[in-house]
Amino acid sequence: MKGSARLWAWLLVAGLAWLVVYPLMLVMVDGLREPGGWTLQHVGRFASQPGEWQALWASLWLSLASVVLSAAIGVPLAFLFERVDFPGRVFLGILVALPAVLPPLVGVIAFLFLYGETGFTARFVQWLLRLDEPPWRLAGPGAILLVHAYSMYVYFFLFCRAGLARLDGSMLEAAQALGAGRWRSLRSVVLPHLRPALAGASLLTFMTSLASFSAPYIFGGGYKVMTTQIVFTRLNGDDRLAMVETAALSLLALGALWVFRRADPGGALAAVGKGTAPALARVGSTGTRRAIAALAWVLAGVLLLPHLTLLVVSFVPTGTWTTEPIPPAYSLANYLALFQEPERFRPLANSLWMATLATGVAAAVALGAAFLVVRRRVATGRLIEALIGLPWAVPGTVFAIALAALFSVHDPLRLRVVLVGTLWILPLAYLVRILPITGRAIFAGFRQLDPSLEEAAASLGGDRRRTLRRVVLPALRPALAAGATLAFVTALGDFVTSIMLYTYETRPISLEILASLRQGDVGVAAANGVFLMLASAVVFALGARREVRG
Amino acid sequence: MPFLQLDGLTKTFPGHRAVDGLSLSLARGEVLALLGPSGSGKTTTLRLLAGFEAPDAGRVIVDGEDVTGTPPVRRRFGMVFQHYALFPHLDVGENVAFGLESLGVRGAALAARVAAALALVDLTGFERRRVDQLSGGQQQRVALARALAPEPRVLLLDEPLSNLDPALRERTRRELRGLIRRVGITAVIVTHEQEDAFDVGDRVAVLRGGRLIQVGTPDELYANPRTAFVAAFIGRASEIPARVLSADAVEVEGIRWPVPWPGPEVVRAGQSVLVLARPESLRLGPEDNGRVRGVVTGRRFIGPTAHFTVRTDGGAVVEVAALAGAAREGDRVGIEPAGSGLHLFPADAM
Repeated sequence: MKGSARLWAWLLVAGLAWLVVYPLMLVMVDGLREPGGWTLQHVGRFASQPGEWQALWASLWLSLASVVLSAAIGVPLAFLFERVDFPGRVFLGILVALPAVLPPLVGVIAFLFLYGETGFTARFVQWLLRLDEPPWRLAGPGAILLVHAYSMYVYFFLFCRAGLARLDGSMLEAAQALGAGRWRSLRSVVLPHLRPALAGASLLTFMTSLASFSAPYIFGGGYKVMTTQIVFTRLNGDDRLAMVETAALSLLALGALWVFRRADPGGALAAVGKGTAPALARVGSTGTRRAIAALAWVLAGVLLLPHLTLLVVSFVPTGTWTTEPIPPAYSLANYLALFQEPERFRPLANSLWMATLATGVAAAVALGAAFLVVRRRVATGRLIEALIGLPWAVPGTVFAIALAALFSVHDPLRLRVVLVGTLWILPLAYLVRILPITGRAIFAGFRQLDPSLEEAAASLGGDRRRTLRRVVLPALRPALAAGATLAFVTALGDFVTSIMLYTYETRPISLEILASLRQGDVGVAAANGVFLMLASAVVFALGARREVRG
Repeated sequence: MPFLQLDGLTKTFPGHRAVDGLSLSLARGEVLALLGPSGSGKTTTLRLLAGFEAPDAGRVIVDGEDVTGTPPVRRRFGMVFQHYALFPHLDVGENVAFGLESLGVRGAALAARVAAALALVDLTGFERRRVDQLSGGQQQRVALARALAPEPRVLLLDEPLSNLDPALRERTRRELRGLIRRVGITAVIVTHEQEDAFDVGDRVAVLRGGRLIQVGTPDELYANPRTAFVAAFIGRASEIPARVLSADAVEVEGIRWPVPWPGPEVVRAGQSVLVLARPESLRLGPEDNGRVRGVVTGRRFIGPTAHFTVRTDGGAVVEVAALAGAAREGDRVGIEPAGSGLHLFPADAM
């Protein structure tokens, strides 16, 4: 038994190394190679072009600015929802957290329909001021930053809320009893306790911005960040330079991760102490209460308006909305087209089956790995965990390039086969991207699972299969549901890896949205977006319900 | 012929030897308590018995059958875990049925045996309750019912009372003892609480550092502790430094105290020893030349009597039982032995 665990562990290490490390290595090496041998020519080309440095710098400062802006929205919002009681608090709290589970591309097009040059706001202003031209163009770094802040405040909101909920109420009372005023309590008690939450949210926001592709792709125009730069270089056919760019971006990401870990050793994801949550502040007068409730509703409204816009646009038939500030006609035509025309339905079916397959495999791999690492304590445990977590630290664009490199050559001796252009490349790419998500959830679940449950089953004569089926899997169900849900939603809405690896037959929803937008078919694009949004919400609600029951 | 036999069990974990050559035997239907401080190896011993750990050396024999290499699944030992380890997603009935299903019991027979097991622990009709709706005491009883339902050969209990609050603890202990006796099962219970061990165990085995220090009935252990450790661990006892005068007397702070024959390890006159004294084996008296002098520094009230803490002029801290009104804090008093209950050990034995 011990020996077979070791064997399985090594097989797992080999498989993961092949899927996760090998492609990245190929990227690093390919940038330094030519048919003739080694060369620094491409690195030189990269280093000598100001555009490359600008893109690298843009990626860095946009990510830092995204962290600051997201914190500015998310942290006050968390205090409002966690510390003050007002009507509708619970319901609004769920709505405000919604962007966490929405695919980035959906947020981007929703934003486009609301604030873009042909969106509601611009048309309204144009109509109001009787302008001939749209009053603004939504493009460039400002637009990217706005979209980032709009979607990534959620990380600060959720992390801070959780941090505040874990704060021991008696600690605040102790501070008050010791004569600390409101501000001193906040500064010397609350904020230090929120530090891990803030560090975690900052890291997540930074890495997400660095890897962000949808917003810079749609709004960037001529303004390039590293992710879009890579894609354009590749479209220009300069594969070697794209490899160097990819290597540069992954080094930036890993470097940032290293700096974060050093600045906050072990703290970012560690849980803070336990205790009873502090009582909600009771706001004195009914007037203030109403004002706060109104403020919260308005804030939530502003944050959710883009998604409502998306819903509205999805009912606008193609070609009916030209110059009016508000669409003149509404119908179900876009949705009917989606489900009646086979070519329009195909992307939905593609995304669904590919995401399902990838999620199933990712969950199974994570389960097996967690069992080997946590229960069997195999010697390669840390390595396995690191391999599973690695894709999280590397931007999706990088992995897309890397997998494209690995699977575009037929060379079985070097473990390379041609998968690019086949059905299988996208599910495989999704699998690599979502492994860290299922991995983190299931490893955490396994670690929390009391080992004596399995021992109890054994002492009651339960053999291994029965113990797994009746005890371990049901007890892991909340973790499994949480991990699989998030993984599925991520795969379903994936844009960044799909755009590099899709074929016409396997095109997923995200690329259908892009194509519809390019053809001016905004209604169809919106309907696809709404489908993604609804599918994500439904899957997430199912997962959450299971978690409550399980 | 013993029913359950532990023969030279030894288990080493990286860095320390958890169980060291432990041999014990139990008669059929006997209840043995493994008592010791944390790290004494008692839980490891229980896990060796259950089969969750494999011993480096030694054997476990039950009813003449060597089960040392038998995996827990086939060992037919029931176990009650410290935190009960009830399956959270199964209801009470399904929890209790789990072991019976392993035996192939199905249908009406299964339901009947689940009901019987629940009746045994006074939880009739609790089949469809959720585990997390039960109180701590009820969870403990479900764990017992679940372990007993498949009629195991031996019942193992790992600190079964440690999760209960003190008020509930004593009643649960009584019920537990009654139930084990009623079922008549051979049982091993692990605890670090002397009261639990004395109340539930027919015999008590005191463990320290993975070794068996002494095994016997509670009365034997209390009356004749073989080492200073056992004497101090079981019941309250004060340590008083002394010097051997003769085979039947020591000198404590200049006063001669008669003591029983201390055994061959302490007989040399002039040897430094420790007198271990139960509170009730000492007597308070007026401060005079025949007694060890000291001052009362504390009083613990237990009813008609109280335990007085006395700091002697020589610096020893001694607990003495006396009538509650015998002295007040700050009083100067004298201490003398009151018959049996004094034990002598070499001074370096602790």
